[in-house]
Amino acid sequence: MPVPRLSRCLWRPMRFCLSLLARVQAANWTLGLYHGVGRNPPAPRSSDTKRARDSREPNRSQICRSDVYLLFAFMNELNIENLHIAVNGQEIVRGLTLRVPRGEVHALMGPNGSGKSTLAKVLAGHPDYQVTAGRVLMDGENLLELEPDERARRGLFLAFQYPSEIPGVTIANFLRAALQSRVPEGEELEATDYYAKLYEKMELLGMDRSFTSRAVNEGFSGGEKKRAEILQLAMLEPKYAVLDETDSGLDIDALKTVAHGVNSLRGPDLGILLITHYQRLLNYIVPDYVHVMVGGRIVRSGRKELALELEERGYDWAREGAVEPAFR
Amino acid sequence: MKTETSAVNIDRSKGDFFYPEAHVRDAGAGLSERTVRYISDVKEDPDWVREFRLRGLKTFLEKPLPTHWASKDLEAIDFDKIRYYLSPGTETKRSWEEVPDDIKRTFERLGIPEQERKFLAGVEAQFDSEAVYSNIKKAVGEQGVIFVGSTEGLKNYPEIFRKWFGKVIPIADNKFSALNSAVFSGGSFIYVPPGVKVKHPLQAYFRINAENFGQFERTLIIADEGSEVTYMEGCTAPKFNTPTLHSAVVELVALKGAKIQYITVQNWASNVFNLVTKRGLAQENAEVKWIDCNIGSRLTMKYPSVIMKGRKARGEVLSIALANDGQHQDTGAKMIHAADETTSNIISKSISIGKGRATYRGLVHVPKHLKNCKNNTECDALLINSTSRTDTYPAITVRGTGNAVQHEASVSQVSAEQIFYMQQRGLSEAQAMSLSVNGFVNDLVRQFPMEYSVELKRLIELEMEGSVG
Repeated sequence: MPVPRLSRCLWRPMRFCLSLLARVQAANWTLGLYHGVGRNPPAPRSSDTKRARDSREPNRSQICRSDVYLLFAFMNELNIENLHIAVNGQEIVRGLTLRVPRGEVHALMGPNGSGKSTLAKVLAGHPDYQVTAGRVLMDGENLLELEPDERARRGLFLAFQYPSEIPGVTIANFLRAALQSRVPEGEELEATDYYAKLYEKMELLGMDRSFTSRAVNEGFSGGEKKRAEILQLAMLEPKYAVLDETDSGLDIDALKTVAHGVNSLRGPDLGILLITHYQRLLNYIVPDYVHVMVGGRIVRSGRKELALELEERGYDWAREGAVEPAFR
Repeated sequence: MKTETSAVNIDRSKGDFFYPEAHVRDAGAGLSERTVRYISDVKEDPDWVREFRLRGLKTFLEKPLPTHWASKDLEAIDFDKIRYYLSPGTETKRSWEEVPDDIKRTFERLGIPEQERKFLAGVEAQFDSEAVYSNIKKAVGEQGVIFVGSTEGLKNYPEIFRKWFGKVIPIADNKFSALNSAVFSGGSFIYVPPGVKVKHPLQAYFRINAENFGQFERTLIIADEGSEVTYMEGCTAPKFNTPTLHSAVVELVALKGAKIQYITVQNWASNVFNLVTKRGLAQENAEVKWIDCNIGSRLTMKYPSVIMKGRKARGEVLSIALANDGQHQDTGAKMIHAADETTSNIISKSISIGKGRATYRGLVHVPKHLKNCKNNTECDALLINSTSRTDTYPAITVRGTGNAVQHEASVSQVSAEQIFYMQQRGLSEAQAMSLSVNGFVNDLVRQFPMEYSVELKRLIELEMEGSVG
């Protein structure tokens, strides 16, 4: 989508201001001043008494610590509001609201067909899905208006559940092209810096250097594909990363390596939405918050312990909590 | 994903320009005996060449257009409107300073003198019908290597020239080889003496500048025993409103143990009919390798061939064709095994964009009495849009018991998921397409000399720019 010149001119200084705000926010984060500001709204409950009993509910009393932070929070989060998504006329996601501030890891769990992967693809801008209502803001900017590549360049990363093969294009060349697309026109990426960084990140992920000369995902095992996704995440340094079923098809060793990679990338500048089917991954990547998605909406939210309870009680239990039946 | 195509506005800016004509010699429009005699007079042909041309004309007029198997689009060529010979009327120069200014400007814009200084052992530049510049590095010339235009070759080196001229591709091979035999002008004559290995490539650059014109260069390369040579040709033409015809004949002769590598990167404007006959003869233990990149043109029909006549001779064709909207690349290879233990290899990759059409025609022939012959054929097609088309017509005849042949073909499409994946990493749709296409040809391009692989990648990027909505 061509961006009008004027708004491009305005965007630069605006982004500068936003980055300043981001720094203040990061400082707050590290000083522990910021707790649960702009926290996700409570999932719909059938009764208020139940909510009162729920000790896993985030501590909401701190919200009013300072209203000023609210502004920062708004500028530094991926904010999904009342999102409705349809595929071929059928509604898959039905009014989903979720906030992922930078610096936090949010796990999104749910059974098959609950709409988790659909959400991931819509965030990245896949053309096969229609957003019928709601909006998504990334650092205050309307994400849904942007082309997929613009979203990526502005800091959104999706680790695919089924990454595509790109025959003949090596990982090194692909990542270089991806990084090159982020530098201003006319500037060249410094080759030596690039390779130094690439090798450093590969070491972190326990990847052999020979990997760089292999074509992207071509003939990769399940584990190699997922590690290659995390390598790209590490190299592209996004603001928000959506990891879609990154644990699927991994044996325990591969899972540990991938988890180690993700954990090493955690920090105040990165917000992670971790989509997973099983609790297993959360033993290795411990989330700050857990959300349960059933039938296209979030039915429960809580601290990391929610995942354990869910494991024990099953999705039917989570479903019971919904205001209306998930499946009509 | 946007699926509708508009493969228009391709930037051919590098080749799409022309200067006003200043031709002194002009054979006029239309083809007759008078035209052929005019060319012979201007070029002061010896008698055997005059006779050769007239036989060519007769054969050309007798033969029908091969529309029973090839594209009907051939009928769009109006042979009466074409001008068959145009030349500035000056001798071929040995230094750029002597080349007439307007012609020199053309080649400077195309970067030829600069490339010569950088990495070439010799350069010939042809402007319409005649070579205007031809030069070979002193050190190479001192080894006895001959690199001149075909006119100069037949005059100054008749004993070598006549022995092989028209032997690999006879006049009557096809209608267009007959046409070329009648009106040929320009092209290169190369002779490499026994044992001489020419390290750097020799290059010829063919430029069409005039409208309603046909370019008919004739190239003959002879590599004597144990010698090695690489020849590269580049072709461009500006985009005129009327079709232009380019119909060359290229004959290669690799004597015992010799190696010839012939590289073509053509970037014709989209209304050039490019109908070229290319064939190499490989004697015992010799190798002929064609690297052929076809970009642009309205219709290209070209099937580089190798006749493996001596024991252990090798033939190879590596070909890349890119068919954009309104273009038909009808390309392929022919491998004729005529001795024991001969091996051939064909790798063809085609890309069809928009309504473009790429056709592969391959012929592999191994007769019954031969032993231990091998052929490997791989042909891969990539379709970019749902309107793109590809056809494969392999003709393989392998008789006898001790021969092996292998044929692999694949058709793939750049999937919407693949493009989305690349976009998610920050690449624009066009960049993603271009990277996919480069990936598709990558293993082949890696075998090209550096300078050409860079040029080819750039050309592919330019072609891809207009191909996504």
